[in-house]
Amino acid sequence: MLKWGSLLTATALLVAPITSCASADSPSGSTDGEAGTVATNSRLDQVKERGTLICGVDGGIPGFSFVNESGEYSGIDVDVCRAVAAAVLGDPEAVEYRNLDSTERFTALSGGEVDMLSRNTTWTINRDTEVGLEFAPTTFYDGQGMLVRADGELETLEDFAGKAVCVEAGTTTELNLTDNLREAGVEDQVEVVTFQQADPAYAAYAEGRCEGMTSDKSQLIGRRSTLPNPDDHVLMDVTMSKEPLGPVTINNDSEWFDVVKWVTYGLIEAEELGIEQGNIAEQQASEDPTIRRFLGEEGNLGEGLGLDNNFMAIVVENVGNYGEIYDRNLGADSEFNLDRGQNDLWTRGGLLYSPPFR
Amino acid sequence: MTTLTPGSQELAPPEIQDTPLNWIKKNLFSPWYNALITLILLGLFVYVAYNFGFWAATDAKWDVIPRNLKLFIVGRYPNEQLWRLWLLLALTCGLAGLSWGVIARKAAKLFSKEILIGIGVAAFVCLLIPTAFPNRLLLLGMVGLIVAGAWVGKQLGQAQPGLGKWVSLGWSLLFVMSLWLIGGSGGLEAVSTNEWQGLLLTVFTAAISIVLCFPIGVIFALGRQSTLPVVRWLSIAYIELVRGVPLITILFMGQVLIPLFLPEGMRPDRVIRAVVGLTLFSSAYLAENVRGGLQSIPRGQAEASRALGLSTPLTLILIVMPQALKAVIPAIVGQFISLFQDTTLLAIVGLVELLGISNSILANPQFLGRFMEVYLFDAALFWIFCYTMSVASKRLEKKLNV
Repeated sequence: MLKWGSLLTATALLVAPITSCASADSPSGSTDGEAGTVATNSRLDQVKERGTLICGVDGGIPGFSFVNESGEYSGIDVDVCRAVAAAVLGDPEAVEYRNLDSTERFTALSGGEVDMLSRNTTWTINRDTEVGLEFAPTTFYDGQGMLVRADGELETLEDFAGKAVCVEAGTTTELNLTDNLREAGVEDQVEVVTFQQADPAYAAYAEGRCEGMTSDKSQLIGRRSTLPNPDDHVLMDVTMSKEPLGPVTINNDSEWFDVVKWVTYGLIEAEELGIEQGNIAEQQASEDPTIRRFLGEEGNLGEGLGLDNNFMAIVVENVGNYGEIYDRNLGADSEFNLDRGQNDLWTRGGLLYSPPFR
Repeated sequence: MTTLTPGSQELAPPEIQDTPLNWIKKNLFSPWYNALITLILLGLFVYVAYNFGFWAATDAKWDVIPRNLKLFIVGRYPNEQLWRLWLLLALTCGLAGLSWGVIARKAAKLFSKEILIGIGVAAFVCLLIPTAFPNRLLLLGMVGLIVAGAWVGKQLGQAQPGLGKWVSLGWSLLFVMSLWLIGGSGGLEAVSTNEWQGLLLTVFTAAISIVLCFPIGVIFALGRQSTLPVVRWLSIAYIELVRGVPLITILFMGQVLIPLFLPEGMRPDRVIRAVVGLTLFSSAYLAENVRGGLQSIPRGQAEASRALGLSTPLTLILIVMPQALKAVIPAIVGQFISLFQDTTLLAIVGLVELLGISNSILANPQFLGRFMEVYLFDAALFWIFCYTMSVASKRLEKKLNV
């Protein structure tokens, strides 16, 4: 398995990156000339050839990606990886997970270390253009929320008049809070208590120094469980910023990007069509042409992606639809019991909307 | 020894066997300000210990440790291949016992009272470890292997004085064996390095880096002392360059930047890249430690050996190096201990060693907020390994100085 002779090679390469820099010019020159070969050498082919999907996750965000007791990765981010693996390789377990820190996630992606990122990454114009990434559809609409005590006293931002809010200093969170308070017209009456770090901020909230604690919702639900009595605290129904999180692939590989994009849309569409892990067999026998096309019973939707026509059937059978994934990891069936909120289907007032599969 | 005059014998201090009460009075409570300091510190200590004990006994939820014990120790290493790691542990224990026996072959008694107590405690701890019962018996067996190995080693060592070389050979073989057993291939099912996790990865990277950085460090130390200008300059440049860069940047470069330089499809394994980074880093520090030792050897030693007709390499190998290395054992072991602790940085570059797997376990919704319990457990594991290294180095020093 391990070739320790390559130790020497690696040593040489580590001390002499300059030489590698010099030689890096030639391959980049040749790729321009052979655009055709680049297109056929898509990540999709590499993944198929390798037989495993290398998926970059955070590995340490409650509800999104973590290792459970039996040593398996779980979470909503992880389920997206499993869905893509199921669609491309037919096996949701054919995934190799890489834990990536927020500092190295983009370099790891552009360096080809991972095939895709499924990790709390906010979709911004800067990342889409300058960093050179492709953002697949949002799988979790995060946003800045507010954690309050569950006594029903505080329900809107206006109720905070004369109260205190804890926040981490120097983050956009703090700016968003002041903006929203100003909009609510209570800017001067709310005391904003800032902390240099997250831990003391939550500690201060727990001790009652503040009536509210604000941060990204995905973070708040994780932190809530670490408070002395988690059930005494709830997330207020307010969203103060936009943080769309979704899977990411590298620029200039539309073949691969299309696969990740449409598998993600497929999870949403499956929920809209009412196709679940449990009823997939019945649905396959359905008369509805939309469902039949979606599951590959007729038509050739998979062909254009370079996948089997029934790729979504395999995905839903193994991983479930978006609603099931959400409930399992963040919603009613999880410890967090987080409302769907913005992460509901457009038909139910949420933001999830899949273009038609036809 | 020196001859004693009758007068000096009279002056010898009388042997006083202090009662514990007297000892306490003398060392802790006199004069009055020492008594005050003792009381204040004692109060502080009791306060902290009481609070900690109270927390550990009531508030702390320790179930996160036993329920994830396998994850902490070997991470996601496949269950059906775990026997390979047990076998490796058994081989290591046996060989460690054997080496101990061979080294201590001249000692009058192999198992002194203290060591017997130590073995007893270790056996007891093995039985208490919260894992499946068969595993506890296996661990107990490991302690038994060490003891048996020591006994056999002593008997063999007395019969065959030249056994020391074979023991070193055994360790080299074990090193190769460990790569094969952990990684598989060649008859065993391959286990990707992505699945080497937890304490296994910590110990593995640390052990390999320690083994590799030592010779490299010695070479650079000698290079820096060399009279050949190019060799000297290169050594100085390497040492100063690496020492001027934080370890984390070297690791980042290895994990993130190297793939950017390499052509598609050529990816040295991530664990290898990490080991290379750690090795390069600590060899520079080690070189400076060894250089300190080299400079502490009086010039007369080398001159005398040359006067006896030894060539320069022989002078180095037989006269200078043994003395120089002996002088800097504490510094070298200190470097090894800090290398062991530095492996935690690998968690930042995405390798799931002990700290990395701890963070993943802490994100499990069932165990949210158990930071204290998990990190205390990690600290205890690290302490065991580092203290073992420190004790071993003390023993080694003692033995070499006799």
